[in-house]
Amino acid sequence: MKPRQTGWFVKLCAFFALTYLTVPILVIIPLAINSSDYLRFPPQGISLRWFMTVLESSAWMGSAAVSLQIALTSTLLGVSLSMLAAVALVRARIRFKQAVYALILLPMIVPNIISAIAMFFFFADIQLGSGSLAIIIGHTVLAVPVSVIILCATLQGVDSRLESAALSLGADRFTAFRRITLPLIAPGIASAAIFAFLSSFDELVIALFMASPSTQTLPVRIWNAVLFQLDPTIAAVSTLLILVSALCLVAANTLSMRFKARM
Amino acid sequence: MIQSTKPFVSRGGTELRLEGVTKLYAGTAAVDRLDLTVAQGEFVTLLGASGSGKTTTLMMLAGFTQADSGRISIGGRDVTALPPGKRNLGVVFQNYSLFPHLTVAQNLAFPLEMRKLGRAEIKDAVLRALEIVHLPDKAERYPRELSGGQQQRVALARAIIFHPQALLMDEPLGALDKNLREHMQIEIKRLHASLGATIVFVTHDQEEALTMSNRVAVMDNGKIAQIASPRAIYEEPLNRFVASFIGQSNFLPGKVLGGRGDGFVVQLTTGDKLNCRGPHQPAPGDEVLAVVRPEHIAVYREAQIDGHRKTISGKVVDTLYLGHTIKLEVCLADGTRLMTQSTSAALDGVVPPPGSAVQLDLGSRSIWCIPAVEEAK
Ligand SMILES: Nc1ncnc2c1ncn2[C@@H]1O[C@H](COP(=O)(O)OP(=O)(O)OP(=O)(O)O)[C@@H](O)[C@H]1O
Ligand SMILES: [Mg+2]
Repeated sequence: MKPRQTGWFVKLCAFFALTYLTVPILVIIPLAINSSDYLRFPPQGISLRWFMTVLESSAWMGSAAVSLQIALTSTLLGVSLSMLAAVALVRARIRFKQAVYALILLPMIVPNIISAIAMFFFFADIQLGSGSLAIIIGHTVLAVPVSVIILCATLQGVDSRLESAALSLGADRFTAFRRITLPLIAPGIASAAIFAFLSSFDELVIALFMASPSTQTLPVRIWNAVLFQLDPTIAAVSTLLILVSALCLVAANTLSMRFKARM
Repeated sequence: MIQSTKPFVSRGGTELRLEGVTKLYAGTAAVDRLDLTVAQGEFVTLLGASGSGKTTTLMMLAGFTQADSGRISIGGRDVTALPPGKRNLGVVFQNYSLFPHLTVAQNLAFPLEMRKLGRAEIKDAVLRALEIVHLPDKAERYPRELSGGQQQRVALARAIIFHPQALLMDEPLGALDKNLREHMQIEIKRLHASLGATIVFVTHDQEEALTMSNRVAVMDNGKIAQIASPRAIYEEPLNRFVASFIGQSNFLPGKVLGGRGDGFVVQLTTGDKLNCRGPHQPAPGDEVLAVVRPEHIAVYREAQIDGHRKTISGKVVDTLYLGHTIKLEVCLADGTRLMTQSTSAALDGVVPPPGSAVQLDLGSRSIWCIPAVEEAK
């Protein structure tokens, strides 16, 4: 079937929607390449000095390292847990499947601030306190719903009879999963990982609650900087963050296109 | 064509046996106290309407579905509780189930890798298997780069490459067009002959079942209505279900008059007497149904008495002209309707008009009869 021609009205709507979504984000970029000492719009002159300031600042780079470390760890944990959940939800015959699924998605529905408060008191109770471990656990909880959604959808697309075939050819369940299912859902795992990574890398509320002086993630440092020293470094940091997110999304898209081409 | 089937031949097959096997889904039996023995090297086809339990039976044999009761054995060994991978059966699924991310060669190597064979050995076996299914040049292709028939052959090769004790195939030719289907039927038969494999084949295509099998099991509602050679299934159906499921049948009611030779004589409700035979020797007075195939009835336009053969008179109700064949619906004296099917040549190309009188000749051999009332199983 030939794709239908899109009418001008639809195109116009799409244009406004995209503008509405992107302009506020893109406004930050001219602010970052500003040569003046203050946040000014329009910029006074073009310079990359604020980027240099960020890249040379041990505080900012330290936060970037903390963020990266936390995001990678919670992605690994979150995606691994989600994989177990997704296999059970899609392949196993379990009771109350819908209810279990809803329960797993809960962290996405409950406002982050609520989760953050709950975890804060709970962690205090079990003497976990604040710091990287606390943030990693918090972010793992946030990473699970998005990963489970992606992994469930991917697994549903893989014919379970392929696993049956592998079993009949002499594989045990684990081997069948590793040799057949896993390679087939690899693109799904990658995109789940990308979204899990982003959900942690961008996250402020939980990180703010659990932050200790030595574990300030990038969003937390930005938050503090906005409160105490509003200057173009923040715009530069934000621009770098946007860049990371954009790259991740491009990667996710490329992966899913490759996947579709292969099937 | 290279025919290096040597290593596969020696293994032959093994006996498969289902005893009183039942599978319930939500309280209703998909397979109902089924007994089936497939002899070593035999080709048995499960034939039946959709939902009659063919796939369920096959999947219980393969081990993917657990039977609720009964016993399954392979080569005399009880495998009821054995997982699929341990049963050493080659399974060909209806949708082929080739691994899409692996090449043809990797697909074929998979079962051998699971059996921890050496690399060189695997390579050899893959090449040989590809020769057997006439695809020696497709080793490095991915399944999506093959036609339906080629994928089918790869699936077949993958199912035989590890010398399974038997082959189970669930409508393996269902998705193929007619020409390819006939070609694959021949290939599978050839494979059966050369490997001496035990094969259980599922289809709902009667012709396929009759041409390919040593025995056909006609399934109805989770039970085997009859299991017999293709000839017996067609010529000597055990009951009304099989008679009307395999081809077409007319059922002429009558009463047994008495025995004669190894058969018996039946008086139809039209008054005509026929020499009959049946699955059992019935007692005089028993009600029976004479099973008459439309294509076994010769139609004449005027009364003809030919030696001691007698004809039955009737009136044409409806006609169907198909070029090479002419079908008639005829009403007999007692009101029974029956269908006839003659070649156009036999009627000299003339279609008797509705309302005209015809004489029906049921042939010289004795007519197959089944009990009119079937004992409930
Ligand atoms: N997983 C299942 N859950 C519930 N009912 C099932 C299941 N599998 C099969 N059935 C039922 O069991 C009966 C037999 O199914 P089966 O698949 O064996 O039929 P079949 O003879 O293979 O039919 P077809 O020719 O359509 O493939 C059907 O009534 C079907 O609805
Ligand atoms: Mg079926």
